[in-house]
Amino acid sequence: MPSAPSKLYADDVSLLVVTLDTNPFFWTTFPFPFAEFLSQVLAFLNSILLLGQLNQLIVIATGCNSCAYVYDSTSERNHGSTTGTMPALYSNLLHNLHEFLARDKQLEASHKPGTVPSSLLSGSLSMALCYIQRAFRSGPMPPQPRILCLQGTADGPEQYVAIMNAIFSAQRSTVPIDSCYIGSNNSAFLQQASYITGGIYYKPPQLDGLYQYLSTVFATDLHSRAFLRLPKSVGVDFRASCFCHKQTIDMGFVCSVCLSIFCEHHDKCSTCGSVFGQAKVDASEANRKRKA
Amino acid sequence: MSSGQVVKRVKYKATVKDPGTSGVLKLTQEKFVFKPNDPTSNNKLDVEFRFIKSHKHTKEGSGKPPWLNLTHAQGSYIFELDSFADLHVCRELVGIALSKHVQGEATKVISEEQLSSAEMTLRIKLLQEDSKLQRLHKELVASGKLTESEFWATKKKLLDQDESRKLKQRIGFKNSLIFDTKPMSDGRINQVKFQLTPEIKYQIFTLKPAVHQAFLNFVPSKMNEVDFWNKYFKAEYLHSTKNAVAAAAEAAEDEDLAVFLKDDEILEIEARKKVRRVDPTLDMEADQGDDYTHLPDHGIFRDGSKEISEAQNSLYKRTLLQDLNRQGAVVLEGKTLDMEMENPRTVAEILARRKQESDEVVGDEERRNRISKMTPIEDLQSQDDHRYAPLCIKDPRDYFDFQQANAVKTLDDSQPGMEQMMCSLGSEEAYGSLRASISKIQTTGLRDPLFSPEVALKVLHGLTKNISSSKYHLGKTSQESVLDILPNTTKEKLLDHWVCSQELLRHYWSSYPVTTQNLVNKTRRLKDSISQIYSKLEEIKVSAQSDLRHQVSLVVHPMQQALDAALLHYDADIRKRNARGSKSNGYV
Repeated sequence: MPSAPSKLYADDVSLLVVTLDTNPFFWTTFPFPFAEFLSQVLAFLNSILLLGQLNQLIVIATGCNSCAYVYDSTSERNHGSTTGTMPALYSNLLHNLHEFLARDKQLEASHKPGTVPSSLLSGSLSMALCYIQRAFRSGPMPPQPRILCLQGTADGPEQYVAIMNAIFSAQRSTVPIDSCYIGSNNSAFLQQASYITGGIYYKPPQLDGLYQYLSTVFATDLHSRAFLRLPKSVGVDFRASCFCHKQTIDMGFVCSVCLSIFCEHHDKCSTCGSVFGQAKVDASEANRKRKA
Repeated sequence: MSSGQVVKRVKYKATVKDPGTSGVLKLTQEKFVFKPNDPTSNNKLDVEFRFIKSHKHTKEGSGKPPWLNLTHAQGSYIFELDSFADLHVCRELVGIALSKHVQGEATKVISEEQLSSAEMTLRIKLLQEDSKLQRLHKELVASGKLTESEFWATKKKLLDQDESRKLKQRIGFKNSLIFDTKPMSDGRINQVKFQLTPEIKYQIFTLKPAVHQAFLNFVPSKMNEVDFWNKYFKAEYLHSTKNAVAAAAEAAEDEDLAVFLKDDEILEIEARKKVRRVDPTLDMEADQGDDYTHLPDHGIFRDGSKEISEAQNSLYKRTLLQDLNRQGAVVLEGKTLDMEMENPRTVAEILARRKQESDEVVGDEERRNRISKMTPIEDLQSQDDHRYAPLCIKDPRDYFDFQQANAVKTLDDSQPGMEQMMCSLGSEEAYGSLRASISKIQTTGLRDPLFSPEVALKVLHGLTKNISSSKYHLGKTSQESVLDILPNTTKEKLLDHWVCSQELLRHYWSSYPVTTQNLVNKTRRLKDSISQIYSKLEEIKVSAQSDLRHQVSLVVHPMQQALDAALLHYDADIRKRNARGSKSNGYV
């Protein structure tokens, strides 16, 4: 894992930003019920805060139309004691989530019926990074930040550029992105995110024991990861999405100026405006690069 | 013409005005020979066509006699032929001969590139150092798949790298004190001998600037070299006898000798300079002299004894510490001269010049800069901004391993491809059900227990198995990959083919678009070798043991895919170009 020794962290205090997939279309089609998922995650979130008094926890809901912070352990409001049956963490988070879903529904844009629209992972990643940047500037010893993506919806190739940008900025600021993917196939985006940032990608095979996976794999802070053997990602799908049709491609055209990826030949790069040799049709072939 | 030789009766004129020498001109494709009829004439010519630049001739009916004019670097040869018919015959042959030579030269330039011998040795060295490269070179160049220049064109980086690596290392300085020049005495006569080599003289000059200065001043105007060294060693001898009083007495007698015995003023100046170069925020005021050690009781004296001598005699004392310091400084400086050290006089002069140059560089300005650099005002510093990790671009091999493992994984899972989940519900119901489940938790709370012990045990087993197996499958080193399951010979072969096909593909794709005949030939050649490799890979696949065949085909598959793409592209390109037919402008 790339670490920046120059940065002075409080090494046993973590700032965990969790992005929670709340795509209603995914959850209604997924065999594992959302209520079950949520209760396991809530227990995990609670245990993160119990692990260390100074640990900070942020939860971001990843909807299919918007994203929002639904829980921030540092805010005063969330320090209340247990209200009736459950801790403040649960009640506040559930309350916010309720409100978020209502707002998200209002923003809803029509999607092709019969399909599952993708969640705005890029949005929640960006929000997480923004929060972390703020934490960096909060004091001389910021807690060690990491991002955990709890994702179930399949990748939305149209977010490829935004997600890759978020991944690279996370890598630049040495924030590992852990991903726990519960969907049926592997997520190439999250695989790449964890691979590039040095986080853990894991796809739990047994969802009814989700809490145990979360607490054994993803609850470990960055300091202790050096001493633990955590599951390694077996393979990473490095395929890129083309910029023109947002499709995942094995082979394509690469702009020689800005490295934009296209699935078919264009006269002009739509990203940087470079004009590809129109005089020679064959010239385009020279741009055709093999993707290893 | 087919005979390639023409013999004609001509008159040779050195200039247009020249009446001409009659004789016989014999033309072949390589050269022309003119033999005058008069054997005594010295107008004989025997010139090869490669020296001829162009040819001109007079036109029939222009009123001029049939002249053939062959231009060379300095002038031209003019031959007057008997008739225009003869001229035409000669002209044709000359034309062929000249064009052949021009072409020959051109192709030669392309293929040979006129390699300097240095470059050639560099290439050979690179090949010798890198056995993989050598194998590749042998495979591709020796078999004619690529030409030498084509092969190296993609290896430019290697060649350049080596260039920079060649930075000459400075020869170090002998790390032995010159006091090692022990006098030799035969014990019979009261005389000692010192052996002086140019090396030692050089060392003395650099170690002791005062001696150097004295040498420049005295030799040869005041004394000759032998006298100079005699005096020097006498002084040294006096030092080594550890008798400061005697040294002082001698110095009083001989002022030249005193130069050597006194403390080295130049050294002192230098020491002061050095002190100034130290971090200016450091207070060096206290030990400005840098050599307080030769004050009594402060340092180790050269003789080791603690006797306190008179103040004036201490002038003639040097401490071992000073000597050692000086030696260290000189050794670190290294040998600044790179020349034959024959004549001490020239060595001394050159050294003096060098010193001046280097001294000029360090000026007051630098000192000021240094001060400003060392004393930043803390309040004015920008806030410590968060440094960023460098963008992570991993080793291509890493990417390959991860891809490879992925391929194995997906096939092992034998999962169908992306199964598109169908969502029949409308957004209303979808959001509704999600909110319902949230409300459910809100009212009932978390389930207690969260999950059954059986599930927990299963998860624990699963995780343990996963971790231990991933350790086995994909260790930290790249060696522990799929390739390791394969027998060594197959692995070697596969790796060789991989390297080879990568190289070929690189050449192949870089030769598009095909604009010249050269590239057409190259792509054809490359296509042939690509298909060869393709069939070899197929062979490996077939010949692999049955239990490994699956793994081998997994490894071979992406390679074959890449080669396939190239072959397909070649066919498509050929078809396209044939379809365009004669229209091609600029294309071959």
